[in-house]
Amino acid sequence: MALKKFISLKRSENRKVFITYIAVIAAFIICQGLSMAGLLSSSMQGMLVPICAYMVMAISLNLVVGVSGELSLGHAGFMSVGAFSGVAAAIIMQNFITYAPLRLALAMIIGALFASIAGFLIGVPVLRLKGDYLAIVTLAFGEIIKSILNNFFLGIDQNGLHMSMLKDTTNLAEGGRLIIRGPMGINGITKISTFIAGFILVMIALIIVFNLVNSRLGRALMAIRDDRIAAESIGLDVTKSKMTAFVISAALAGAAGCLFAMNYFTIEARKFDFNMSILILVFVVLGGQGNFLGSMIAAAALTILPEKLREFADYRMLLYAVILIMAMLISNNDEIKYFFRKLNPFRNKQEAE
Amino acid sequence: MDLLRHFINGMSLGSIYAIIALGYTMVYGIAKMLNFAHGDVIMVGAYVCFYAVSRYKLPPFVGVALAVLLCTILGIIVERLAYKPLRQAPSLAVLITAIGVSYFLQNTALLLWSSNPKIFPSIIKRASIKLFGGQLSISHITILTIVTCVLIMIVLNLFVNKTRLGKAMRACSEDKGAALLMGINVNATISMTFAIGSGLAAIAGALLCSAYPTLMPTTGALPGIKAFTAAVFGGIGSISGALLGGLLLGVIEIFAKAYISSQLSDAVVFAVLIIVLLVKPAGLLGKMTQEKV
Repeated sequence: MALKKFISLKRSENRKVFITYIAVIAAFIICQGLSMAGLLSSSMQGMLVPICAYMVMAISLNLVVGVSGELSLGHAGFMSVGAFSGVAAAIIMQNFITYAPLRLALAMIIGALFASIAGFLIGVPVLRLKGDYLAIVTLAFGEIIKSILNNFFLGIDQNGLHMSMLKDTTNLAEGGRLIIRGPMGINGITKISTFIAGFILVMIALIIVFNLVNSRLGRALMAIRDDRIAAESIGLDVTKSKMTAFVISAALAGAAGCLFAMNYFTIEARKFDFNMSILILVFVVLGGQGNFLGSMIAAAALTILPEKLREFADYRMLLYAVILIMAMLISNNDEIKYFFRKLNPFRNKQEAE
Repeated sequence: MDLLRHFINGMSLGSIYAIIALGYTMVYGIAKMLNFAHGDVIMVGAYVCFYAVSRYKLPPFVGVALAVLLCTILGIIVERLAYKPLRQAPSLAVLITAIGVSYFLQNTALLLWSSNPKIFPSIIKRASIKLFGGQLSISHITILTIVTCVLIMIVLNLFVNKTRLGKAMRACSEDKGAALLMGINVNATISMTFAIGSGLAAIAGALLCSAYPTLMPTTGALPGIKAFTAAVFGGIGSISGALLGGLLLGVIEIFAKAYISSQLSDAVVFAVLIIVLLVKPAGLLGKMTQEKV
C-alpha cells in the first residue's frame, strides 16, 4: 500500500515531489559523470560543494519563508553556528576518527544540533512577533551571532576545552591547539567535503522537508500562513508548529554551513553576514516561495552566474544586479505571466483539479 | 565629564541615524516596502559632496546642496524604473528588487570611484569648542549635526501635518484606495516620498562622512541597516518614532563602545532592539493594529 501510495502520481503534489527527486538525482549523475570524464573546468569543479550547500540553505529557508510564511533575514547566522561548531568538532575528532566521511557526517550532525539549539533560543522571542518586525529581529540575531563568533576563542589541550570572549585568555598548555581564533576564524581546516556528501545532504534535506510539508504539521503551517486567526480558531497550536519548522530549518542550515566550511582552508564569521542571508533569500524568492525545486535551481544558477560573467571583468557584479532586478520585474509583469500561462500544457488539467 | 562627552557624541551619531531612518520610515509608511537601497543613496550623496568640495573646490554648502539635488533625482529615477512597475507585486519581490538596486548602486560606485577609501574633507574648518576649562571639547560638526537633525524634524513635521501634500501623504499611508477615490494622485505622492527620503539621505551622507571621514562604496551599508533598526525601534511609519529611535540607538551605541566593548557594540545595539520589540512589538511609538475577524 505504502509503495502504491508513493508511486501514485495522480495528485499534483506527489508529482512535484517525484519530479524534484528525479531532477536532483539526474543532475548529480550528470555532474559526477562530467567531473569523472574531466569535462568540468576547475572553477566549476570547485563550485560543486558550495552549490550543494547553497541548495540546502535554499531548501531550509524556503521552509520558513515559503511554507511557514515568515520572512527571515538572518539565516546566515544559523549557517555560521553550524559551520563553526561542526568544523571545531571535526578538528577535535581528527585524531581518533580517521575515516573522513564518518568525521564529516558526525561534524554535520553536531553542526545541525548546535544550529537547532540556536534556532530554538532565537525562535522563542522571534515567533511572538509578526511580519516586518519578525524580519528585523531575525536580522538583529544574525548580526549578534556574527559579532559573538567574531570575538570567540576556543582552544583544546590535554586538560580539555578552553574558551573565552574578546581576548584570547585560553592559556593553553604545551601542545594545545587554538581552534577558533576570534576575528581570524578557524584556519588549517582539512578539506573533507565532497560532492557526494553534498548530494546526500541535499537528498536528506529534501526527504525531511517533503515529508514535513505533506504531513499534518505541514498542512497546519500552511493553514497558519494563509490565515492565522482561522487556524487558531480550529485549535491549531500556532507557536508550536512555527517553532518546529523554524528549528528544523535551523538544523538544516547548520548542516549546510558545516558542509560549506569544510570545503575551505579557513572560515571567518565575517563571511556569514547580512549579504549571505540576503543571497539565500534571493534564491528562495527567485525560485518561488514554497517551490523547492525552483529555489534549488535558482541557487545553482546564481552561484554559477557570477563565475560565467567573469569575462565582463569589472562589470560582473553590475550585470548581476541588473539581471536580478530584471528577473523580478519580468516575473511580476502581468502580461508576461499571462503569456506563460497560455503556454502551459497542463493548464486545463490543473484548473480541473 | 566623560559621561557627558559620550552622551553628546551619541546624540550626534543618533541624529545621523535619525535622518536616515526618516527615509526608511516615510517610504515604509506610504509604500509598505523595506527600501534596502536607502543606505547606498547615502553613499552616493557623500561621494557627490566629496567631489564637489575637494575636486571642484566648491563651498561645502553648495556641495551639500548639489548632493541633495542629485540624490533626489536618483531617488525619483530608481523609483520610476525599479519600484513603480511592482506596485501590485508581493512585498518580497519588491524587497529583492531593492536589494538589486543596492548592489547596482554599490557596483556603479565601485566602477566610477574605485574601491580606494577617500578621506572626506571636513565641511567646517574651525577648532572645537572648549567647555568647563577645556575638559569638554565639542567639535562644530557635532553641533551642526544635531541642529540639522532638529531642523529637519521640525520642517518635516510641519510639512506632513500642515500642507496639502503632507495631508495627501498621510491619506495614502492610511488607505491607498480611499485616497485614490478622493482624487489624490497616489503614484505621484509615493514618488515624492522617495524624492524627500533620498534628499535627506544625501544630507545624512555628508554629515556621516564629516564625522567618520573614510568614504568607500560600501560606506552606506552598515549605517543603512542600523538606521533601519532605529526606524523599527521607534515604530516604523512614525516620524517622531524615527527621531526617538535614531537618538536612542546612537547613544546606546556610543555608550556600549565606551563602557562595554567596542567589538561587541553592534551586538549590544541589536540586543536592545530585540528586548524593546519583545516588550512593545510595534516599536516605541508605533501603533498596534488589532486584527479583526
